[in-house]
Amino acid sequence: MMTDFAIPPARKNDEPAHASSFGNDNSRAMLEVCSLTKRFGGVTAQDNISFAIEPGIVCGLIGPNGAGKTTLFNMITGIYKPDSGQVIFNGRPTRKMAVYQLVKAGIARTFQHVELFGSMTLLENVLVGMHVRTRSGFWGAVTRMPWVMKEERQAREKALALLDFTGLSDYAHRPAGDLPVGRQKMAEIARALASDPRLLLLDEPAAGLNAVETDALGRLIQKVKKKGITMMLVEHDMSLAMGISDKLIVLDRGRKLAEGTPREIQNNQAVMEAYLGQG
Amino acid sequence: MDDNKKKTLVENTLFLVMILCCGIWIKNTYYLQIMTFIGINTLLALGLNMLMGYAGQVSLGHAAFYGIGAYTTAILSGTYGMSPWIALVCAVACAVFIALVVGLPTLKLSGYYLGMGTLGFGMIVNILFREWSTVTGGSSGFVGIPMLTAGSISFMSGRNYFFLVWMVVLVAIIFCRRILSSRMGRALRSIHDGENASLAVGVNTHFLKLQIFMFSAALGAIAGFLYAHFVMFISPESFGFMVSVKMVTMVVIGGMASVWGALLGASVLTLLPEVLHGFAEYEMIIFGMILMLVMIFMPQGLTRGLLDIYLHSRKKRG
Repeated sequence: MMTDFAIPPARKNDEPAHASSFGNDNSRAMLEVCSLTKRFGGVTAQDNISFAIEPGIVCGLIGPNGAGKTTLFNMITGIYKPDSGQVIFNGRPTRKMAVYQLVKAGIARTFQHVELFGSMTLLENVLVGMHVRTRSGFWGAVTRMPWVMKEERQAREKALALLDFTGLSDYAHRPAGDLPVGRQKMAEIARALASDPRLLLLDEPAAGLNAVETDALGRLIQKVKKKGITMMLVEHDMSLAMGISDKLIVLDRGRKLAEGTPREIQNNQAVMEAYLGQG
Repeated sequence: MDDNKKKTLVENTLFLVMILCCGIWIKNTYYLQIMTFIGINTLLALGLNMLMGYAGQVSLGHAAFYGIGAYTTAILSGTYGMSPWIALVCAVACAVFIALVVGLPTLKLSGYYLGMGTLGFGMIVNILFREWSTVTGGSSGFVGIPMLTAGSISFMSGRNYFFLVWMVVLVAIIFCRRILSSRMGRALRSIHDGENASLAVGVNTHFLKLQIFMFSAALGAIAGFLYAHFVMFISPESFGFMVSVKMVTMVVIGGMASVWGALLGASVLTLLPEVLHGFAEYEMIIFGMILMLVMIFMPQGLTRGLLDIYLHSRKKRG
């Protein structure tokens, strides 16, 4: 049972997870991060980080530059292996799973710097996002058996529906590299949604967006949440992060500084110090 | 979508008509022979293009698969009197299996490890052809490869062989295009555009690269089979390092990540030596020069380069 994994003792400044309205012991966490540590040479990028994410919430991950937010994402998605500690997704330790297996299990992500497949159309980008949910391979491609064509048709329909959902239908047949940056950010979310994730990690989705686009992004995140998809997002835009997150985790120099509802974080002394300097 | 399908159909039909016209109207056996070689080289370039242009991996020993195809069929049908068509199946199976063994460790590593691995592999295979003389005939070559027949059709005549080779090319082109427009092809193209993102959205890039490496080895073996039964005599020189380099050149010159580029590259590199007969000894220098010039002025390859020039001139006029 995953609830057996005790959340390691809270550090001095931590708000206990129980303080928030989400973490009661009966709810089965979707993602548990247990004393995760990662070093790069002499630099400790992640120092004994622990937290749990309950299903259906939006969890904001904030902290100054270099706090280790992207490293944490890379460990949750299996790109980096932690030096110690572990990540448990839906009750399964993910240590031995390859990235594509984690995607199949339901973890999808977007990138801080847009990494769409530039020469492919937006529709094709979303179809690649569906890779783990479709199965035709070499022989399917060559023989074009009826089931392959059916799968292809269904995938296209689903991809078009997703583009509609994210408001990108007009761009479906344009090369993804030609899209304006704001649209590319949304397109990455569409591609990530294509794998039917249960947990969606958004790495600075609002970076480079203007106010109108940020607004649209906020609405999209709410729509995704309504579908029951749990989200974690790294965000520097505080009003966005505070506005859409149910829970915030604050990282600073590889350590977890605080965890709690946006209101709790706003009143947290340690967080103020980290952001405004030792007062 | 449907436009694309129509375009593909039109292109394939045009290609078929061209093959038929060439086969029917060209009487000169020398020209037919050259065209047949172009077809065989196109197969080689097609396979390598899938690997280089889409999976982004260079194989510097691809002539080994070409040789494995040729020697397998030569030994099985020549020495053991097996039907060449069964030998073909064995040749392809053999090449695919060897590609699996070579690719499994090398494709796991990033960068140019496949290039390095295949370079060594190609040399080992070539030495094997040269030294295992009781089986391969050694450096003096393998004589006595039977000609191909299918029922009452004999492929002895240059014309029939021409048709055989180009039908195989047509089928190979259709296969490649089908792969590229499928789920597998999209994943492959996504590796080309950004391997990190491709990995992150759930593409098993190692497995995919391995698959395409095996596919290109299979095409190489088929080309080797066609070559062996066409010239009926094979020797290790036809499958050496320079041949591997020539294959890479075909792909680069024609244009990476382009099915028709493989055809164009193969044609240029097959015809050039014939055109430049007088420069025989300087052949490699001229190849080098051409490669350099194409890379400087048309870094996307001839297909893209010529297309750009055409579009540009049309825009100017219009």
